[in-house]
Amino acid sequence: MTTRSVTRNPVPAPDFDTDKNDSWGTRLQHLMHANPTLGPFTVLIAAIIVFSAMSPRFFTAPNLSLVLAQVTVIAVLALGQTLVILTAGIDLSVGAIAVFSSILMAHFATDAGLPGALALVIGLVLGTAMGALNGILVTRIKLPPFIVTLGTLTIFFSLNSVVSKSETVRGSDMPALMTWTGTTIPLGGFRLTYGSLIMLLLFAALLYALRMTAWGKHVYATGDDVDAARLAGIRTNRVLLSVYTVAGALYAVGAWILIGRLASASPNVGTDYNLDSITAVVLGGASLFGGRGGVIGTLIGALIVGVFRNGLQLAGVEVVWQGFAIGLLVLVAVSLDQWIRKVKS
Amino acid sequence: MPRTRITGRRLSAMGLAAALSLSAAACSGSDTGASSDGKPIVGLITKTDTNPFFVKMKEGAQQAAQQQGIELQTFAGKQDGDNEAQVQAIENLISVGAKGFLITPNDSKAIVPAIDKARQAGLLVIALDTPTDPAGAVDATFATDNYQAGLLIGQWAKAKFAADGKQAKIALLDLNANQISVDVQRDQGFLEGFGVDVKDKTKIGDEADPRIAGHDVTDGAEDGGRTAMENLLQKDPSINLVYTINEPAAAGAYEALKAAGKEKDVTIVSVDGGCPGVNNVKGGVIGATSMQFPLKMASLGVESIAKFAKDGTKPTATEGKTFTDTGVQLISDQPQTGVDSKDSTWGKDNCWG
Repeated sequence: MTTRSVTRNPVPAPDFDTDKNDSWGTRLQHLMHANPTLGPFTVLIAAIIVFSAMSPRFFTAPNLSLVLAQVTVIAVLALGQTLVILTAGIDLSVGAIAVFSSILMAHFATDAGLPGALALVIGLVLGTAMGALNGILVTRIKLPPFIVTLGTLTIFFSLNSVVSKSETVRGSDMPALMTWTGTTIPLGGFRLTYGSLIMLLLFAALLYALRMTAWGKHVYATGDDVDAARLAGIRTNRVLLSVYTVAGALYAVGAWILIGRLASASPNVGTDYNLDSITAVVLGGASLFGGRGGVIGTLIGALIVGVFRNGLQLAGVEVVWQGFAIGLLVLVAVSLDQWIRKVKS
Repeated sequence: MPRTRITGRRLSAMGLAAALSLSAAACSGSDTGASSDGKPIVGLITKTDTNPFFVKMKEGAQQAAQQQGIELQTFAGKQDGDNEAQVQAIENLISVGAKGFLITPNDSKAIVPAIDKARQAGLLVIALDTPTDPAGAVDATFATDNYQAGLLIGQWAKAKFAADGKQAKIALLDLNANQISVDVQRDQGFLEGFGVDVKDKTKIGDEADPRIAGHDVTDGAEDGGRTAMENLLQKDPSINLVYTINEPAAAGAYEALKAAGKEKDVTIVSVDGGCPGVNNVKGGVIGATSMQFPLKMASLGVESIAKFAKDGTKPTATEGKTFTDTGVQLISDQPQTGVDSKDSTWGKDNCWG
């Protein structure tokens, strides 16, 4: 693993002193290393062009707004997952926290009879607390994140079944605020949901936090080389705890958006959200070894999955091959990441 | 503060320990040997312990176990398709000396060797809801005839579209890409009931009928149902008949139709007969659904094993079928001539979950 000094910008400036005799491959390698989102962005644009050619319905405002709505929940969850992966961790409890938070929100709003705003706040707080629990276990007990979140995933899904009694709460039984995220803002032919709007705002906020604040620099430094970061005076345990806590908060917001999209709170959804969120992050060019990646890449990664699913269906491709295509993409993305990492320092 | 370094060996030991504790947690049965008060032990192994269908099944089994004076031990897979946990459950039941068990196989083929072992050890094995492959691998199967369940909603839809004088454009929202038996039987039964040439009955999607707009998968849940319906509606906006694998998928599909302003022009049919689904029949979300009876499956199963424990008699299959049919009932508030159905009021009194 390369050890970069922590005071340096996590996204290194392109090397201008590359040898004139470098092959095109090496130049591309340098370019990709300097702009990690270039690869995923190219894939997304290529996919959009191909699917537009295959189906006249694909590149229309109503269809594109559908794709955005379909990826919104996963994008928000993947945003939390990005923070965790940036610190060289992994969070398997994403789906469990999101679904359990949505069940808790619905439970407090219906069975407990609390006002919508209060039930929502309690749900957000409890989701954040679940994320914080992951953080505490990772930093205090010093267990690998994979094992911690494997354990909490099982616990949260079990509690989810207990609280929900395996029953779906219908949106019509909840206060309107609960399903508000599913309502749309018509912008000409494009129908943006409030959930998608929240998602985009969250991405903007975290883009700022990661790029412009000391906290953001610390997150990258901790993920890149935790020992070096600690020697440089960064309180790495605090950084890790904050990352898992913020991730939990994001999953809880995802839960609210999920209720809006389904017009219900269902305990049976979300079993694959952990893998789906990791897929989006990896496709976005982040490195599972930590310290490389960003929120723009993750948004592109989530969109790639949505575009592929929707585009392949419109093009009449059988369901079996849709999964195959996404899996292949992930492998290509990871191989590309490895190739870029070999760049000559 | 010195950091404890986690070596590879310690890491793998931790991983193993975590995996062990998790698999232990996945089995809720005790392994204390024969039950303390000498009651015969019967096992119930469901696909998952979250799906209301299996929750209801467990309730039915527990009630019957109390009546029959036997001890029920329950197990479940962690998620749909989790064969491993079910194999472990069978091994546990053999070692505690259970008289027999009821199982809803997650993998109809892969579970067979474990069932063979149990039957050689003298246990009576009954499959519930999902037959094994081959079906003869168990002593008996108590199940819904899923093909029949599909056939009924297909016939109902055919009669309705004929009465309304509408030409159908069909979307099929299936379970997943694996073409498991329940998924295939409901899908193909529906198409046959509607009058589509299904070609190979064991294969989804080999039909060439122009009335079929497309298939997609839902994982049998609301989010999958919504996304699948949105995409199919983009593919063919003229869709006016939607078959769904189960009622949660139907609820998700309805949200997609509502968002597109088409909920009034599109008919949804489904299978399950869970209480939320019956409510949706009453509310006009679902046109018709085929109700199944999980409580009955489980209680019949427990009674059969209790009987076997007493005098060694084994249950027999329904006349002309490879399994004991626990029945299916069409529920609709828009009755069609020539198709027997009950209304949602009857449905509410008999629904599960």
